[in-house]
Formats: sequence, C-alpha cells, structure tokens
Amino acid sequence: MSHMRHLFVNGWWSYPRVTTPEGAIAMARQKSISARIAVPPVRPPKLTLAPAPLWHRAAEWLLRCLAVSAVVAIVLILVFIAKEAAPIFYSAAVRAEVTLSRMWVPQLWPGYDESASIWQPVSEIPKFGVWPLILGTVKVTLVAMAVSVPLGVGAAVYVSQYARPRTREIVKPVVELLAGIPSVVLGFFALMIMATWFQHLFGLESRLNALVSGVALSFAVIPVIFTFAEEALRAVPRSYVEASTALGAARWQTIAQVVLPAASPGIAAGVALGLGRAVGETMIVLMASGNAAIISASLVDSTRTISATIAAELAEVVFGGAHYTVLFFLGTLLFLTTFCINTLGDWAIRRMKIRLGGSA
Amino acid sequence: MTAGAATVPASDRAALTANRTRRNFVADGAMAIASGAALLIVLTILAVILFDIIRHGAPRLSIAFLTEAPRNGMTEGGIFPAIIGMLEMVILMTLAGVPVGVATAIYLHEYASPISPVTRAIRIAVANLAGVPSIVFGLFGLGFFVQFLGAGIDKAFFHGEKVLGQPALIWAALTMAVLTLPVVIVATEEALRAVPRELREASLALGATQFQTVIHVAVPQASPGILTGTILAVSRGAGEVAPILFTGAAYFLPQLPKHLSSQFMSPSYHVYVLSTQSPDVDATQPILYATVLVLLLLTFALNVAAVVVRSRMRRRYAGATA
Repeated sequence: MSHMRHLFVNGWWSYPRVTTPEGAIAMARQKSISARIAVPPVRPPKLTLAPAPLWHRAAEWLLRCLAVSAVVAIVLILVFIAKEAAPIFYSAAVRAEVTLSRMWVPQLWPGYDESASIWQPVSEIPKFGVWPLILGTVKVTLVAMAVSVPLGVGAAVYVSQYARPRTREIVKPVVELLAGIPSVVLGFFALMIMATWFQHLFGLESRLNALVSGVALSFAVIPVIFTFAEEALRAVPRSYVEASTALGAARWQTIAQVVLPAASPGIAAGVALGLGRAVGETMIVLMASGNAAIISASLVDSTRTISATIAAELAEVVFGGAHYTVLFFLGTLLFLTTFCINTLGDWAIRRMKIRLGGSA
Repeated sequence: MTAGAATVPASDRAALTANRTRRNFVADGAMAIASGAALLIVLTILAVILFDIIRHGAPRLSIAFLTEAPRNGMTEGGIFPAIIGMLEMVILMTLAGVPVGVATAIYLHEYASPISPVTRAIRIAVANLAGVPSIVFGLFGLGFFVQFLGAGIDKAFFHGEKVLGQPALIWAALTMAVLTLPVVIVATEEALRAVPRELREASLALGATQFQTVIHVAVPQASPGILTGTILAVSRGAGEVAPILFTGAAYFLPQLPKHLSSQFMSPSYHVYVLSTQSPDVDATQPILYATVLVLLLLTFALNVAAVVVRSRMRRRYAGATA
C-alpha cells in the first residue's frame, strides 16, 4: 500500500526504476528531486566461518585449565597444612604429648598451684596451651587496628573530600609506597628504632612489647585501609553530595551523614582486609613483639602471636612430631581465620558495588 | 513566580541561613583539620622511616657492598651472594607465576561468563589467596613442595637420596609464585578492562577468531598492565621473608646457588637474621642498615616503576573508554 500512496503523491515518473544505490543517486541528481528509494531486500550471502584452527581451541583449553590454578592453590594450601595438622586427631605418638583439650583447656601442670594455659613446647613436659598466643595475637591486632583505622580513614577522607586533584595524584601513590615497604623492613625499624623511642617516651620496662609491634603493624595496615576507603569515598555519586548540600547541610554534615554512610561497605571492606593482614602478618611481630608467651592484659608486656610462633619455632622441630603437628594446627587456624575475615570483606565490597550501582 | 528570593517567606529565609552558624563553621574546620592531620601523620611516618634508614644506611652503601661476599662473620664485606640469590629466586618465580596469572586474567576477562559458578569460584579464590598470611604460604611450601613434591620426586628418580626433598631455591620460588599470583591476576585484568571494546569488535569483524583477537589485540594492548603486575610481584617477592623461611633461604652459604636444589641467600632474610640473631649487634649494624637500604630502594624503585607504567596506560585510554 505504501508505494501506491507514493505513486499518488509523487507521480508515477518518480518511481525509481533503478535499484542499486549508485543508480538511484545518479537518478536523483539528474531529476533533482528527493526520490524515495525502495531497495528490495537482498538476502545476504551465507557466511560460513571457518572453524578456528585446532591449536586455537587447544590453547583456549589450556587457558581454561590454568585459570583454575588459583582455586587449586587455595585448596592445596588448606589440604596440605591440614594434612600436617591432622595427626593431632589420630596419631598415638602425637596424642601422647598433646590433644585438643590439652591445647584449649587450662591444665594443672606439675609444679604449678593452679591450672593454667601455658605455651612451653620445648621443655621437659611440653606444654601446648594456646591461650597466651591467642591473647597475644588479639592484643597486637587491637593496637594495630586502633591506630590504623582512624589514620587510614581520616587520610582517605582528606584525600577524597578536601584535597585538590593534583594533590591527590601525588599523595595516593606516596601512601601506596608505604604498602610497598617489605614487612621485614618495618619490623627492623620497629626493633631498632621505634622500640627505643617508645621506651624513652613511656618509660617502659621491656623494650619489645605489644604496643611497639602493634604500632609498627599498623604501618602495614594503614595503606590497605586507606586505599579501599579512598576508592569507596570517591565512588559515592556526586548527586548525593549535591542533594545534601541543596537541602542545606553544611559540609561536615554532608561528609559525616551522607558520604561516609554511603561509602561504609567499602570502608568496612578495607578494615576487614586490614584486619586479615594484621592477624596474619608475621615478620613485624616476630621481630618487635618480644615473643614471650605470657598471659597478661597489659599492652606493654612482651607478647607472642600465633604467626610469630610458627615462624620462630618451625625451623627447629622434628618433622612429624607433636610440636610440628601443633604448629601446623595453628597455621590451619590462622588460615581459616583470615579466610573468614577476607570473605567477609569481599562480601562487603560486592554489597558496596550493588548499592552504588543500583542507585547512582 | 519569577522574583525568586523575594517570594520566599522570611521564616524560610532564616532557615536557609541557619546553617551558616558558628557551630558549623567550627565543625567544618575541625573535620578538615582532623582528616588532614591523619594524612600528615601517615606521610610523616613514611618520611621518618625513609630518613632514618637512608641516614644510617647510605654511608655504608657502595658498589663494593653490592659486589663483595660477606667476610669475617658478616661484620665486613657485602651482600653479593644475597643479591644473586634473590635474583635467581625472583626470576624463577616470575617464570612460574606470571604466565599462570596472565592466563587466569585472560580467561576471567575474555572468556568466562561473569555469572558462571566457575568464574565466581575463581574470583573468590583470587581474593582469598591475596589475603592468606605469608607465614601460611611458608607452611604450605614446606608441606606441599618440600615434603610432598620434593620427597616424591626423590623417591621416584633419586632412589630416596635427599636432593629435592629439602628446602631449595625452586621450592622457595614456586611458593613465592603462588603468593604473588593474585597480584599478577588483578593487574592484568585491570589492564584488559581498560582496553576499549571497539578494538576487539573491529578484530572480530575482520574475521579474526576470538583467540586471535585475544592474542593479537587484547593482550598487546594490555601489556603495560601485565608489566605492572610483574613488577609488583617481583617487588613483593623480593621483600617477603616468611614464605622462604622454611623453603630455601639460608643465612650464609660459601658459594652461589648453582642448582635448583641448592639453598640461597636473600637480602630480606639477611635483614631478619642479622637483626634478631646476630651475636654482635654493634659490629653488624652498619651492614644491616645498608642491606635494609638496598632492600628499600629496590622495592621503592619497582613500585615507582609500576605506578609510572600504570598511569601511562591510563592516560592512553583516558578518552577511549566511556
């Protein structure tokens, strides 16, 4: 029907007889009228793609196999540290010296008045009470987080909200340089220099303690928290800030009540990953915590953490013995703890993305 | 309607200006100062660490320090064998780890469907692998590489003679390769994401297979990112101690590591041992500081290089991705 109307409107002479574009254009030029060109549909030639060469497909399969390496690695890690820790459940030789209950429940050791959890793996009667190590880990981690969360988040707030773009471009890589410092260097710094300063500053009894190692540990955690918090804060849509300002909020109100809450999952993720790092970090605490396995709530007493215990003792144990098994057990514990913390952090990141992606 | 401000009732006008109070002015300033102070403290920490180590380490640092073997119970000489040991370990680590990491990133970004369970499993594994404590990698290296693979190879090929079933260069390098895998994956994937989709579409439209597109278009375009990942992995590998504690590092060796099965010295391990187990702290201190300085300069140089490469890459695609 439509071409009938076309005929009626433009007259029969204007009906294009040429169907190739070139012809139609030439004709239109000749008559200098706007001809409506009806090109009959041309069935496209059937394209048959040649199958990809065999080796391409082989290479793609290789890619696929290599891609699961990360999964394989994480499974192998769990399997092989758990395998070395497993004799604690069945090996008679190991269980003669240590059992799970003797690790976790305070025991009445000969020569002591009351039952206690004691870590003395190399003594006449080996004692594998883990509570001093767990308490030490918690103490050092708490100190590290207490220092690094305010500093990391505060610096991120400044860089993302107040700093000029040029300042940010310089400051961000500089803070990330802090992340690049090997932990052994931070441990060295804490051991050689910070410990002395702290001792003079606070008049401490023991040079190496939970405070010194916790503060040194925070240097490793700050960049983690900073990076995540800064990215989360900058991902908050401008419209949020504009809406808040338009409603009459002052700048600090906008930041504290709009921007920070909106970025909170991302900040939480940074804190969680920082926590994972703090719990598992080895060299700093090994060098700067003093490594005395004592139960004490004081932050200025010498302290021993789980990770430092593994690092310090594994080199000198008998392969397959009770001590060796317990150290791998502690490693499994450490692995599972950090695995949970990191999964939590990962989940927080994904929530952040969904939240901002859905509303931006 | 047109005379905006004039029609606002007086009470609303008061509400609009109510926020310009002294309280808000003070709170605004306090927040800016507090957050700025946090940043300043972080930067000061970095500066103090750098300053102290450079001040103490620089006088001892020289070409001879880098090219001489330690003498006289580590109180004289240099750290040449440690540097060579670290280089060998890092090269092996790169050869083993980077191809696998790049392949994983290519698969994740170019092939995998984002919602398939395999992809999700890989992503979760990568995220968690990045968070596994380094000492756990050390345990893993000992339990898997040394005790399982090494001892197994010894049993099969060396009639039970201890060749690979003990801490060795190859096992330390492989452990470190697993540790640095997430670094390479994340950097490579970020780079692949930055390559504009149009380039791939153009290649596919020209009749290239997907594999050809990946190999000839996506990966070459993303190569700066792969380089960034490799540099960061090397920097991490050079600095870590915990994973090589039980898998191959040695305090002192009379000769350079010549086989995959020999142990090796490393500056990072050197720092740890010298600072915690040295019998004469005063005598070894200058060497210790200089070693720390070498380690610090090395990792900083690598990190700066990574930042430069990455920002160049970003600038290249600044307008293209949108």
